[in-house]
Amino acid sequence: MFSYYFQLGLRSLKRNPVLTALMVLGIALGIAASMTSLTLMHIMGSDPIPWKSERLHYVQLDNWDPNQPYDQEGNPPDQVSYKDAQALMEAAKADRQAAMFKVALPIQPENPEVKPFLSLGRATYGDFFAMFEPPFAYGGGWDHAQDAQHGRVVVLTKETNEKLFGGQDSVGRRVRMDGIDYSVVGVLAEWRPRIKFYDLTNGALAEPEEFFVPYTTIIEQKKQASGNNSCWNNTAPGWEGYLASECIWQQFWVQLDSPAKAADYKAFLDDYVNEQKKLGRFPRPLNNRLLDVNQWLQNQKVVPKDVQVQVGLSFAFLAVCLINTIGLLLAKFTRKSGEIGLRRALGASKPQLFAQHIIESSVIGISGGAFGLLLTFGGLVLVRVLYKDYANVAHLDWTMVATTVVLSTLAAVLAGLYPTWRACQIAPAAQLKTQ
Amino acid sequence: MEIRPIISALMRSKVALVLIGLQIALTLAIVCNALFIINQRIETMNRPSGMNESDTFTIGSNGFGDGFSTKNTFVEDLALIRSLPGVRDATPTNTLPMTNGGWSEGVFMAPGQKVSTTITAIYFMDEHGIDTFGLNLIAGRNFKPEEITVRDRGSVDWPPGVIITKALADKLYPGQDAVGKSVYLDYDKPAQTILGIVDRLIVPWPEGFSFNGDHSVVENSVLVPQMTAYGNSTRYLIRTEPGRRDELMKTVEAKLAESNHGRIVRGVKSVEKVRSECYANDRAMMIILGTVIFCLLTITALGIVGMASFWVTQRTKQIGTRRALGATRASILRYFLAENFLITTGGLLLGAFLTYAFSLWLMAHAQEAKLLPWHYVPVGFVCLWALGQIAVLGPATRAARVPPAVATRSV
Repeated sequence: MFSYYFQLGLRSLKRNPVLTALMVLGIALGIAASMTSLTLMHIMGSDPIPWKSERLHYVQLDNWDPNQPYDQEGNPPDQVSYKDAQALMEAAKADRQAAMFKVALPIQPENPEVKPFLSLGRATYGDFFAMFEPPFAYGGGWDHAQDAQHGRVVVLTKETNEKLFGGQDSVGRRVRMDGIDYSVVGVLAEWRPRIKFYDLTNGALAEPEEFFVPYTTIIEQKKQASGNNSCWNNTAPGWEGYLASECIWQQFWVQLDSPAKAADYKAFLDDYVNEQKKLGRFPRPLNNRLLDVNQWLQNQKVVPKDVQVQVGLSFAFLAVCLINTIGLLLAKFTRKSGEIGLRRALGASKPQLFAQHIIESSVIGISGGAFGLLLTFGGLVLVRVLYKDYANVAHLDWTMVATTVVLSTLAAVLAGLYPTWRACQIAPAAQLKTQ
Repeated sequence: MEIRPIISALMRSKVALVLIGLQIALTLAIVCNALFIINQRIETMNRPSGMNESDTFTIGSNGFGDGFSTKNTFVEDLALIRSLPGVRDATPTNTLPMTNGGWSEGVFMAPGQKVSTTITAIYFMDEHGIDTFGLNLIAGRNFKPEEITVRDRGSVDWPPGVIITKALADKLYPGQDAVGKSVYLDYDKPAQTILGIVDRLIVPWPEGFSFNGDHSVVENSVLVPQMTAYGNSTRYLIRTEPGRRDELMKTVEAKLAESNHGRIVRGVKSVEKVRSECYANDRAMMIILGTVIFCLLTITALGIVGMASFWVTQRTKQIGTRRALGATRASILRYFLAENFLITTGGLLLGAFLTYAFSLWLMAHAQEAKLLPWHYVPVGFVCLWALGQIAVLGPATRAARVPPAVATRSV
């Protein structure tokens, strides 16, 4: 029966190719527009490290100006000062902890054919690698001893290792950065988190790092961070004055393996700030935060406003396309009422007619959905051309392909259901009379 | 023209009526809001930076190793660049408008004032800065060569004299001549005297700079007569004779690289490129919304054509009867045009509500969005009326050609 109805459906669709094309195109465009924008929103908003996002927490301490809050929404500052980062690292109350900041260093390759180049990296602690779990191709991170003794060690990313050592195992080799030799302890395999969640302040879609070096080593060499720096009061002159200031320029992450530990750590932060208040720091009311990865992404509004607006607009567009298809199908089925009346008179039951027409509308919906999926790929290519930063996020994943299939089937059924129901309500006698 | 028969005919196919009306309503809501967003983006993108953008480019360098002297590099590079034929002028600088990276400071009116009056962007430059940027000095004077100092790492002092933009001057000293008056970049330190006022220079962050929600601070800039010689980086803005920019970008890059091997020359970029990168996301949004509007209008128009054709076919017999009873072709045509006009109007009335519902949703989701100005709605009405009439013209013409004899046939 199915194949017979399917053939009937195809024949009926072939009878008005323009109308059919219009209905399929409408659904396809609506699906493509909404899926393209939804994919962007989904990927930007999805958990970048699902297996441990609940255990990684971002530390915020409100060391801001007593006269005005850090922002209008009452959030504490989005970074911490050197002084606080050091105090928290020394206390070492979390399971793992890493202060970090963005740094730019000139790399002077041994190979004379490679010109010196400026490279963006991250100064952090050895725990970074255990916390964020970048995959290693060779070697590994550095240990606490290297942190303590300002070790001149470096972890290279895959791309940097390609550039400097042609992709070989370079563990033990030397890299000269800003006149100082660092020894390679590890080389990462391909690692591109879609959202650079560990440093949202300097761009959620920023390019990944090119190297990682110990924080303590960079501080020892008085290299200023190249990321965002904000100060609310005067600093004493010089490097020591800067380090002692309330300027915020570092990110601080902790790993807390249970909710109880997270609660303890939050209490510890409050105690720490209350202690500091006695010393005359932290003039604002107590406002510390310990958000996990997903809360932090949400707090920082990682999904751009434009993408949210596009999602809203594209779903309204899909609604128009669906209404359009419903109207056209309705017109088409009403036009066939003579034929339907005849079939009813010849003994076809309502469920049979329903099956026949829902198959016909499903053909439209499914071809629209399939075509829409193709157009979605095209849409994402367009997005990658238009937004250079989105290269990493404008890709379909399996969840989104599945969502497209579900959405288009739903759209097809929704569009076909009412016209089909209407077609089945036709009384055979009334239609046959006029013939 | 009788409206009543049209309405009573329409009432017999209420569902189709509701569907078309809803489609038109949604179309109006989307098109109005999308057009409003596009126009806002155009406004943002057209904001003048206040500087010469066609003949200017920037270039920077990062030295490495202990032997690198940033101060000497500044002096040597500037002498070299200014001596090149085709270069009109050059200045050291820390940043440029539209680069989205720079230095901002609170501005105070009195020593000890705890809460800043407003905020400003800081542009470091020397006495060649005004000419290189192509700024229009409308009051006071330029910096003198002897006023240019070197800002060391960790320096917390500000020089005694600065130049500010007109927007900032108007905010600090409304209705007065600000030249010679004081401003504090640091409330704990001596004041800065306002040496001069330039007409306009926008901040490096044209879309993200605000002070307690006030976006008019986008033209608050202070020019500070210093060279920032800390770290190992230097940056310059170079203005060429008209038409020689692209050629000189290559020359300057090569000459700087040649002059000192202990550094990386980088970031050569024309200010036009800086502008286009700054607004790339706005342009993308405009293209996407434009595409949506185009597809939407096409779909809606084709939908109207489809429905009207169907109605014409369905009513062939009635049309024939009317023709046989003496209706002219023109009156048949008018009937379908009027019918479409009525349906569209109904949809548009509903659409006006949807448009504002949508606008409110946008305001809730994008903090900076404004309520849609009312005039978009009547413009949208006119456009969709026109679209509906054009779409229905084809099927209506076909209806008008139905011969009266059809009435006498049985099918």
